[in-house]
Amino acid sequence: MLAYLIRRLFAAAVMLVVIILVVFSIFFLVPKWAGVDIATSFVGKQADPHAVEAVREKLGLGDPIYVQVWHFFKGIFVGRTYAAGGDVTHCAAPCFGYSFRSEQAVWPVLTDRFPVTLGLALGAAVLWLIFGVAAGVLSALKRGSLWDRGAMVVALSGVSLPIYFTGLLSLAIFSYGLHWIDGKYVSVGDSFGGWFSGMLLPWITLAFLYAAMYARITRATMLEILGEDYIRTARAKGLTEPVVIGKHAMRSTMTPILTMLGMDLGALIGGAILTETTFSIPGLGQAVLTAIKNQDLPIILGVTLITSLAVLIANLAVDVLYAVIDPRVRLA
Amino acid sequence: MNTQRTSGRRKQALAAAAVVAGLLTTAACGGGNGGSKDGAAGFDAANNKVAQADQVKKGGTLKFVSTQDADSWDTTRGYYGFMWDFSRYYSRQLLTYKTEPGAEGAKLTPDLATDMGKVTDGGKTYTFTLRDGVTWEDGKPITSQDIKYGIERVWAQDVLSGGPIYLQQMLDPKNTYKGPYKDSAKDHLGLKAIDTPDAKTIVFHLPSPNSDFLQAVAMTSGSPVRQDMDTKSKYGLHPFSSGPYKFQSYAPGKNLVLVRNTNWKASSDPVRKAYPDKITLDISTNQADSDQRLINGDYDLDASQTGLGAQGRQIALKEHKDNLDNPVSGFIRYAVFPQSVKPFDNLHCRKAVIYAADHVSLQTARGGPVAGGDIGTNMLPPSVAGGEGQKYDPYKIATKNKNGNVNLAKQELKACGQPNGFKTTIAVRNNKQQEVATAESLQAALKKVGIDADIYQYDGSQSPGIIGSPSNVAKKKLGIIIMGWGPDFPTVQGYGIPLWSSKYILQSGNNNYALIKDKAIDGLFDQYTSTLDESKKTQIATQINHKVMEGGYYLPFVFERLLNIRSSRLANVYTTNAYSGYYDFVNLGLKSTK
Repeated sequence: MLAYLIRRLFAAAVMLVVIILVVFSIFFLVPKWAGVDIATSFVGKQADPHAVEAVREKLGLGDPIYVQVWHFFKGIFVGRTYAAGGDVTHCAAPCFGYSFRSEQAVWPVLTDRFPVTLGLALGAAVLWLIFGVAAGVLSALKRGSLWDRGAMVVALSGVSLPIYFTGLLSLAIFSYGLHWIDGKYVSVGDSFGGWFSGMLLPWITLAFLYAAMYARITRATMLEILGEDYIRTARAKGLTEPVVIGKHAMRSTMTPILTMLGMDLGALIGGAILTETTFSIPGLGQAVLTAIKNQDLPIILGVTLITSLAVLIANLAVDVLYAVIDPRVRLA
Repeated sequence: MNTQRTSGRRKQALAAAAVVAGLLTTAACGGGNGGSKDGAAGFDAANNKVAQADQVKKGGTLKFVSTQDADSWDTTRGYYGFMWDFSRYYSRQLLTYKTEPGAEGAKLTPDLATDMGKVTDGGKTYTFTLRDGVTWEDGKPITSQDIKYGIERVWAQDVLSGGPIYLQQMLDPKNTYKGPYKDSAKDHLGLKAIDTPDAKTIVFHLPSPNSDFLQAVAMTSGSPVRQDMDTKSKYGLHPFSSGPYKFQSYAPGKNLVLVRNTNWKASSDPVRKAYPDKITLDISTNQADSDQRLINGDYDLDASQTGLGAQGRQIALKEHKDNLDNPVSGFIRYAVFPQSVKPFDNLHCRKAVIYAADHVSLQTARGGPVAGGDIGTNMLPPSVAGGEGQKYDPYKIATKNKNGNVNLAKQELKACGQPNGFKTTIAVRNNKQQEVATAESLQAALKKVGIDADIYQYDGSQSPGIIGSPSNVAKKKLGIIIMGWGPDFPTVQGYGIPLWSSKYILQSGNNNYALIKDKAIDGLFDQYTSTLDESKKTQIATQINHKVMEGGYYLPFVFERLLNIRSSRLANVYTTNAYSGYYDFVNLGLKSTK
């Protein structure tokens, strides 16, 4: 197991390095090929050529790409100092770059916003797992019933409706119209009740989308498993239906669900852009969207790395959990 | 041909329409034309006039929301119009704009200075004396050296890029001074163009007169900065206050809180009333949400003053019209023809496009007469001295040719040697939905006269490197560029010099997209800058505008209007030409302190 873990961790590290290289190329090489000078987007309306040159020097944009990548990696371990025109800015390790738009180091921005997104993703995941899996199991057990059809229609609408639609509609009805929920984000440090109330609509909106997908996959998997020989054997042995479903069928059903959960949670932790934008939640998704608008490359790079890391870790966790759930994996 | 898929936008539009329906059915309280139940002043009640000044109370929290943060809160680096408006809460200058509505608000008045300054040496020397009792947020006096240092920071473009550089261009056009951070003088006050003989006197020496120098002095970049409080590139995170409010907290992209500067003395400040106790600004990423919260009265004002979004507009006009104002913004939205791209080097080809365009359709694409503005007929905003509005309409854009004139367009095409039309490309920012709509309108109108225009959508944040690079424009053959422009200060120099003067053609970050090199226009700008008489300046401004229009470099779309909302809690509200039709933030008050 330990060797397996080490192998997976090594693969994850290599993958991260590849991602950094790709992202660097996209943001620093492609514009150069397209004839766009990135430095000009950092100066103002009356672009002074000296200012453009100084920005280029300060950000090291004139250096070859491999030098820029090297400086970036070095910064993560030993920090980095940006100096130009008599102004010295030190970015302490781990330095994932420095945003010259907002005059902040990237790492504190990420650590400030990460818990916000984590709260959003985990809260929504709890909801969609409970409702999605329950709806899927019930639909499978009552196949063809009114419940099954109703649940699948709701699931289909959940999958089809985009978050900026369901999000705005839920705000329009429950916040602006009925005034049941304020819908405004409050930091958990300011008020737990305010945070919980502010997160309810985002959780429900996000869970509505994902629960639909989980319900459909749970139903399909459960139906397939209920037709397996070992389920028939379990029933023939006289086991009660709750035991057959809960102990035997559910265990196999959970395997694809866990795979999905790992991928979804990883991607969401990297930033639920639409949800955070719709509900003005100051998480990683909002940060990256603003950064894209402002061409704030260091922040984009930082969030991309966090997303990649989250997906890799989530997948690693899922692989480990496989072994717990499914003895066949353990044996392999 | 459109180079970008629009299906995503269609989906968004559908979603928006459905949400509007939801909002309209659940909207809480009514308003309308006839009056307001909750005390709103009425439609356009604060447009160029003061609304509910008599109801103002001292105290309370004034709540702003915005869908964007300032580019920087550093007085040297900020260039957003709303930042300049907002910065008067925590920064003062020698002169500032009058706190009056409309055109009167665009006039200057003494702020830190005792008067408008003594002008000598044929307009080359300006001397100001500081008022008594002007202080920083720690109670220390603001000195002339602090003002000089604050202005010197404009030269440090290598550290403090982003802000306007008019002061540098007027005081040191050859850019000989390297800025205070590279200044070898012991006190870092080596800029020769400014003398500070004592702590209360400051003298500016211009190499040649500039009749708008006082405008530059009044800009936010003319604010004092104290050396020991200068955190250089990080100053914008916590500027040291010289005004009635100071920074309590600021989280970039999230929120800003200002509280009273207890060391500010009302007796030292004839401009600011400082009514609220606290001012908050929340940054929201969802315009529909922030519009709705403004409509509900959860916030008092949109700080960015960009006007309500499409769905907010519908709801507000239906339910809360008494909370709306519809001022002219000072911006003109237009298409411009780079002369480096054939056949736009030919005046007749440029005129063909102007005549072929359907100006009503372009206005509709901008949002119609209320949200978009009046049809633009020339290139000088009506809010700028010398602007004539629709009275000057050399191409009959707002009258007989308002739906386009195919015959005249074809005549012009013949005259330019392209009787069957030509192929060209319209460059438009992909993050500005209304600009894309105007590009599509223009494309359809041009097709009628045989001009086949592709639409090239580009990332708006890359404008300086894409359309601001003349070589890139020529290489990509971008014959028509869609853009908008507002005055940095309300004069022809503050609006037009970067657009029309040959001296401002830059290799990157260029704004003279048409590449105008007209000796007559350059000469008129020179004449303008050396003329101190205000009425003569106005005449020259008008002449410059006429010359630009005669050159057919531009197709104006609209004299933009804003549709902005103010909460019913607000008192002493008015729009001002000083800040492009925005509300004047600095003296806003609340009717109740609760």
